[in-house]
Amino acid sequence: MIIKTVINGKTRTLEFEPGESLVSVLRRNGHTEVRSGCDTGSCGLCTVWINGKPTLSCATLAARAENAEITTIKGIGPEGESLAKHLVAEGADQCGFCSPGFIMTVIALRAEIKNPTEDQIKHYLAGNLCRCTGYAGQTRAIMNWLKETSHEIHR
Amino acid sequence: MKFIGKSVEKIDGMAITTGEAVYTDDQCTESYLYVHIVRSPHAFAKIESINVDKALSFRGVESVLTYHDVPNVRFTVAGQSYPEPSPYDRKILDEYVRYVGDPVAIIAADSEATAKKAEKLLRIDYDVLTPVLDPKEAEMSDSKVHPESDLSVHFDFGCDPSKNLAGTYEVGYGKMDEAFESCDVIVENEYSSQAQAHAMMETYRSLSYLDAEGKLTIVSATQIPFHVRRIAAQALEMKEENIRVLKPRIGGGFGGKQTIATELIGALVTMKTGKPARVVYNRKETFSTSSSRHAMHVNIKIGATTDGVIKAIDMQALSDTGAYGEHGWTVLMVAGHKSLPLYNQAVAARYRGKVVYTNKMPAGALRGYGVTQAIFAMESALNELADKLGIDPAELRLKNIIREGDHNPILEGSNEDAAAMLQSCTLNRCIEKGRELIGWNEKFPRQEMGGSKVRGVGMAITMQGSGIAEIDSATAEIVKNSDKSYTLKIGATDMGTGCDTILLQMAADALEVPLNQIEVVTGDTDNMPYDTGSYASSTTYVTGNAVLRAVKDLKMKLKEDVLLPVMGSGTFSGNTSPPPFIAGFAEVEVDTLTGQIALLNYVAAVDCGTVINTNLARIQVEGGLVQGIGMALYEDVQYTSKGRMMTDTFMQYKVPTRRDINDLQIEFVPSYEPTGPAGAKSIGEVVINTPPPAIAHAIANATGVHLRSLPIKPEDLCMAIRHNNAQNNSRVTLIPDLIHEIRMS
Repeated sequence: MIIKTVINGKTRTLEFEPGESLVSVLRRNGHTEVRSGCDTGSCGLCTVWINGKPTLSCATLAARAENAEITTIKGIGPEGESLAKHLVAEGADQCGFCSPGFIMTVIALRAEIKNPTEDQIKHYLAGNLCRCTGYAGQTRAIMNWLKETSHEIHR
Repeated sequence: MKFIGKSVEKIDGMAITTGEAVYTDDQCTESYLYVHIVRSPHAFAKIESINVDKALSFRGVESVLTYHDVPNVRFTVAGQSYPEPSPYDRKILDEYVRYVGDPVAIIAADSEATAKKAEKLLRIDYDVLTPVLDPKEAEMSDSKVHPESDLSVHFDFGCDPSKNLAGTYEVGYGKMDEAFESCDVIVENEYSSQAQAHAMMETYRSLSYLDAEGKLTIVSATQIPFHVRRIAAQALEMKEENIRVLKPRIGGGFGGKQTIATELIGALVTMKTGKPARVVYNRKETFSTSSSRHAMHVNIKIGATTDGVIKAIDMQALSDTGAYGEHGWTVLMVAGHKSLPLYNQAVAARYRGKVVYTNKMPAGALRGYGVTQAIFAMESALNELADKLGIDPAELRLKNIIREGDHNPILEGSNEDAAAMLQSCTLNRCIEKGRELIGWNEKFPRQEMGGSKVRGVGMAITMQGSGIAEIDSATAEIVKNSDKSYTLKIGATDMGTGCDTILLQMAADALEVPLNQIEVVTGDTDNMPYDTGSYASSTTYVTGNAVLRAVKDLKMKLKEDVLLPVMGSGTFSGNTSPPPFIAGFAEVEVDTLTGQIALLNYVAAVDCGTVINTNLARIQVEGGLVQGIGMALYEDVQYTSKGRMMTDTFMQYKVPTRRDINDLQIEFVPSYEPTGPAGAKSIGEVVINTPPPAIAHAIANATGVHLRSLPIKPEDLCMAIRHNNAQNNSRVTLIPDLIHEIRMS
């Protein structure tokens, strides 16, 4: 089937078999920044935004993206980079394979919850697995990033 | 030192976190054949016949390969230096299938859908055989997992397929019986640990193609590019010079990628078809058809005098290697070698082990490599011994542990004439520091929190090694280019740990130049010097030493006045494997009504020698602890009675999420290792070992129940507590049979 969609602000036509997941169609169309880790909607690696909402693209049929606005980490601009810098500064980037999905979820978190507590952060990100860092370094990076960018939220 | 000991950022950090196309599968294009593996539904069977005609003529199918199509060569997929101490018991495809998921056929097609339709057109007849599923019954079983006559080994390590034995090992010193006779208190128990999964985020994958000159090129997320090249040459009957292995960035390894998974399958397809091929395991295949930790039953007997001097330790391990023997014997060996030296007061210490074949997924290398399993047994027994003696477990350890300058005959570097000396160790200070950080004196052993909640603290210590002495090696090359820049070429494989960065730090310090003046080149067997790969906690110590030698060599050459680029090179192979040490402390809260366990706090005091990169070392510790916490509490491996793994997705196999993790407190207590680069030892593996015994100890202190089988699940704990209350004993021990009995009653 063929659908029209907007990916990172650009109108795109996607062709795929019915039943294909969004992540596999995105990757085949050059969006290798979207990664896949589990096939069961359990790990959070494939998180993209559909119409601004964080969504697991492995558990979403590509057909559902018709006329939707899809955002990947390549479409979020400097905000993603500023969070990535904090991850790297903590050494919490490690293998990096979970980072794009993680970053997409953290930025969505900040849009949804003002001044989140550590507990709220853990709750919101419970579906984003990481096997390298043990999570503590990621939490430090988020806290530092929130502190650095807090003036932007309250503006 | 300008860069060593600093928190230098990983040089690949921004690329990997922001979605650049730097991993294996990011390089795949539409021209690659989709490779699908047809897998055995039976735990043990012989393929009677297999008809591929219909599948092969299906539109879009390029190739269907069966055991008739593979070279008649047995090899091992263990990434170890040649000659490997693993049995040559595998073919790419074999007439026998030895576990549920063992490859039966390979279908290469234009798409996943085509390949899967073609699979349905295969006609396969199996002679279904009785599987061996319980390692305790393997030796006596009538079923032989490896009935073939052409299994071979390089030397005698006890491999005897007629008894389902993949290997045996024994090491020890002193007179065991005499030593136990001098003991006042003896503890003897069996402790069991599960076949933990690596669960790295990037599943197994590789691409293969023929380059412009017809050279077979394998792009793989591997920890062992040079071993992959050698084994591919062996398995495909090719020459190593005609194979090139490229390693892009790796999405986590943890030892899983020290064993070949996909590479030979894709390479075979490329050699048969001449076309590029892509093999990407899904998560289910990664869980159930790759490798895992070796599940082990460890029986330990440990004796001491009433004043707390440990006189004798006798350990016996039964390790389950599953269907194939890769890493089986070495994991078995390392388990004893890197646990027994901890208690140096013992006048007799012995370790004996067997590793057996069963019809389950093969085990392989996983962070800790046997030591994790041995430490769970040894440290749990130590804690039970302290309990029996009425001595504080921290004090009992301080009284008995090995210290810097001590000699121990099992330490790496020992020979028949002399016991090796431990050249760097702050374990005693680690115990003191960790005890202080957790608040041991106030909290030990338990605190009633009101209602059904009770808290307990527990502890464990561990050691590991730094590389494989006398066997593994690394070479590094450093070039001073015509301008002021340098190129550092290394063969170590950064799997996210940051070894490219720490090796750069070492080179920059030694050359006294800024970090950005040196370019690190890695990941290509045609363009990098030989390195056995990143495993066995080797990169900091082994490759690090090679880098320093290369810089030294370059500096010598630069003394002469030269204008052209100059290269320095250095090779290192250790004659020892200096152990890092950790003291770990856990605080848990248990709800005695439900058995629910919350880990409130974990403290690790770490001696890894000089800390090269403070942030990266800290993350290694935190990540390893959490993997160990998963092994202690969540990561359950279950098989059906017919031998199919049930825990093959993240929905069934629970790795810790961030909500499971509360405080992690890390403190480095550096020693200085004289043979290490700038005094450094390893950090990568030692970090996983303490949580299982320390958490089990904390739970025992909170509840009075010793659980000796991993993972410790709330339901088992709950039943054990009830049983304990019913018996009105202050202490009860729970074994799996007893759990079963309680469930039945």
